[in-house]
Amino acid sequence: MNSSVIIFPGSNCDRDMDVALKKFGFKNEMVWHNDEKLPKSDLIVLPGGFSYGDYLRCGSIAGKSKIIKSVIDFAEKGGLVLGICNGFQILTETGLLPGVLQQNKNIEFICKNVFVKVNNKNNKYFNSIDKDVLELHIAHNEGSYFCTDEELKMLKDNNLVAVSYCNEKGEVNEKSNPNGAMQNIAGIFNKEKNILGMMPHPERMIDKYLSGEDGSIFFKNLLNNLK
Amino acid sequence: MKIKVIVTLKNGVLDPQGKAIQQTLNGMGFSSVNEVRQGKFFEVDVNEKDEAKAKIKVEDMCKKLLANLVIENFEIL
Repeated sequence: MNSSVIIFPGSNCDRDMDVALKKFGFKNEMVWHNDEKLPKSDLIVLPGGFSYGDYLRCGSIAGKSKIIKSVIDFAEKGGLVLGICNGFQILTETGLLPGVLQQNKNIEFICKNVFVKVNNKNNKYFNSIDKDVLELHIAHNEGSYFCTDEELKMLKDNNLVAVSYCNEKGEVNEKSNPNGAMQNIAGIFNKEKNILGMMPHPERMIDKYLSGEDGSIFFKNLLNNLK
Repeated sequence: MKIKVIVTLKNGVLDPQGKAIQQTLNGMGFSSVNEVRQGKFFEVDVNEKDEAKAKIKVEDMCKKLLANLVIENFEIL
């Protein structure tokens, strides 16, 4: 399976993502934001970081970069697009996903492990995954998901809230909400569920000696679903 | 021609920075401050002599980039 990771000026999780994808068997290529064409890919990843220094709004400048037209085109044809952290912010700024990621409620940069509940397994990302709760890592200043009432209704009616912040037991409550996100939303799909944006970083949880292995479960499962 | 734009958060949208500023002002003794909302100010120099035309261009820029209409309003001054 072929994957591509887009590098924007200020991306800083691009190499971690490259390592993670290759570790589990993807043939990955790095793509510069000023390129216009994407290599043949089964998966496009918009990585975490601070694209364009988070100027104006997180993800807003990257959302207008040259390569994004091809990413939108790829996504609209049903191609898998995964946006992690800043990648999620970019996906909302392009309009590929609804809503916006606002500054954390407590005005603090949050960097810690969290648990997320997988709400929908009827998609390429989570189909057959053998866990309902994943321990992943978050590191962000603007991760508080917000959308309009209509958008929230649309997300809930179509079961598009991919992952929600929860505790170890999988209970979604205010105490397990790290950043003030609306209804503990940590990640969402588009209607067709080929686009996934989420704040937690699976690529940081791929080594049991360094962090944890729930990210490994995510990537292995994703690759299996694409085969 | 320079066109000035103010971008503000919509009513009801959480503004943690505004809240922190309000609390700080209260703590400094400005006890009459009820609320602070933080926004952005832009000065866009447009190569256009007709003010109306320049404002139409800036409005388009606001909708497409300068403001995120999910959470923000813009006002062209």
